[in-house]
Amino acid sequence: MAEIARREPALEGRACQGQGISLSPAAPASRLSLRAPEASLAGLSQALSLDLPRRPKSSATKGPRAALWLGPDEWLVIDEEEADLAAICAAVPALHSAVDISHRNVGILVSGARAEEVLNSGCPQDLSSRAFPVGAASRTVFGKAEIVLWRTGEEAFRVECWRSFSDYVFSFLEAAARETS
Amino acid sequence: MLLIYCPYCEEERPELEFRHAGEAHIARPANIAEISDEEFERYFFIRSNPKGITFERWRHVHGCGRFFNAARDTVSDRFLATYKAGEPKPDLSGKGAKT
Ligand SMILES: [Zn+2]
Repeated sequence: MAEIARREPALEGRACQGQGISLSPAAPASRLSLRAPEASLAGLSQALSLDLPRRPKSSATKGPRAALWLGPDEWLVIDEEEADLAAICAAVPALHSAVDISHRNVGILVSGARAEEVLNSGCPQDLSSRAFPVGAASRTVFGKAEIVLWRTGEEAFRVECWRSFSDYVFSFLEAAARETS
Repeated sequence: MLLIYCPYCEEERPELEFRHAGEAHIARPANIAEISDEEFERYFFIRSNPKGITFERWRHVHGCGRFFNAARDTVSDRFLATYKAGEPKPDLSGKGAKT
């Protein structure tokens, strides 16, 4: 009798639906921690087929792939179709560092009319659409955990956190969703 | 909450994203193997710790990750200026700085 091992995502089965708020784990995705100097950006952008953003707190999206500006020489690249991003960058001769972090992070989708308010229960940034418009992305904090926050729609955010923090972050979001409703 | 202007993110961000990183503009002696123990102590351990304007390193650790410098008044806790690492001390005249 064969026993088949099954990989269980960190937030398997977790979900929260409330008035004006919905929390759910994001589907598996491939992720890249990319560091590169200005001179390498043209080559890397071409290989990734999107323009690596140069503006603070911004992102660039092309189909299932997005690049989030984290710092002057640092990006988080996410591909929802799980393309091998490290292999794509390996073909670029220009100086860069590309580390596959697909399984280091867990994505959490936060949406609904109260998304801003629920996130602000643990995140100190101004998340109004004036200060944090659709497409804005930033490394920040949520409670005691470091996260990357990305606004994907007027009422939709993606939270990326380290896998070992994901239970804490999800539970905190759930508590906030219940508390303020 | 105190807001700190990050010169790399080009906007004010909440203090929770930052970490203090000691006094700024400390030059490491080029001939460090030749200096005396007393000179090394002065370079390595002794800090000015003034009451008033101080120049400090800060790091936007939960943001862009960059180290930068700040001029801060230790009496009022007010940030008078922040500027990128490697840049000279800014002119603080007209910033409400007491000398
Ligand atoms: Zn910054």
